[in-house]
Amino acid sequence: MIWNSFGEFLAMGGYAGYVWGSFGATALIMIVEPILARRRQKQTIARLRRQMRADTRSSLESNE
Amino acid sequence: MNERLINIFRFASPATFYPLAGRMIPWFVALTVLFGAAGLWLGLFVAPTDFQQGEGYRIIFVHVPASWMSMFIYLVMAFWAAVGFTLNTRLSGMMTQALAPTGALMAFLSLWTGALWGKPMWGAWWVWDARLTSELILLFLYIGFIALTSAIDDPRRADKAGGILLLVGVVNIPIIYFSVKWWNTLHQGSSVSLTRSPSMAAIMLWGMLLMALCFWMYSIALALVRVRGIILERERHTDWAKAILSGETAR
Repeated sequence: MIWNSFGEFLAMGGYAGYVWGSFGATALIMIVEPILARRRQKQTIARLRRQMRADTRSSLESNE
Repeated sequence: MNERLINIFRFASPATFYPLAGRMIPWFVALTVLFGAAGLWLGLFVAPTDFQQGEGYRIIFVHVPASWMSMFIYLVMAFWAAVGFTLNTRLSGMMTQALAPTGALMAFLSLWTGALWGKPMWGAWWVWDARLTSELILLFLYIGFIALTSAIDDPRRADKAGGILLLVGVVNIPIIYFSVKWWNTLHQGSSVSLTRSPSMAAIMLWGMLLMALCFWMYSIALALVRVRGIILERERHTDWAKAILSGETAR
């Protein structure tokens, strides 16, 4: 451990805005991107299920 | 043809790759967290202050991995495009599309963290330097690829058009990589200086390599999540995809 206090760690020797701006943006993207990708995967499955049900229904009706 | 080759081709089929990808995702997520925690620990708590740049140099621990990934993901996409053109495999086009958003974000992060590093060290957020400009072009290539492939409805035609863009644009990668040698740039040459005391360079290098591994695992996990959606979408008329969608087989 190279820091004497938590405040010193946060201050980053005067470069706080630059250092935390870099790590923060990276963290933000690495949290938001997986959430969006997961959500999109779930939406795709839900949409394809609806389409599949609609297709089987219409093919059943046309057979009658 | 030997057995191992047959196995590789078996996994190249969407029907077998879909469940395999699903099983691999948790492992890559775990490795991302593991390497990330170790890399951040070394980078933020163990690596000593730089004698020239103070604490500002710590941006290196996200800047370099993001830059490496932005170039490497593009190379992987170009590789898949080439495989798609020569072997006509269905999965390759899906892989390029699954990788593109993560690649674009890595290129963005490289530029963003670069700007935040450039301001305190050079006094400018941005300069039209060879390294920076070619990295900006890489971001535009990613955005162009995403726009082009999503504008074409037929997936096979979208793959072809996107593949051509990828293979033409790949020329930009060596330009980025060697730009600091070919031109007189403001961007520093090598990222890790071996002229500093060896123990310090070693800790910095380890921190950076661990962060790079973290970014690798992250990109693979994201690409796998995304490719599963693309596979289902494109294979929705096949029996195996219908079985998954109707819940007959495990997802």
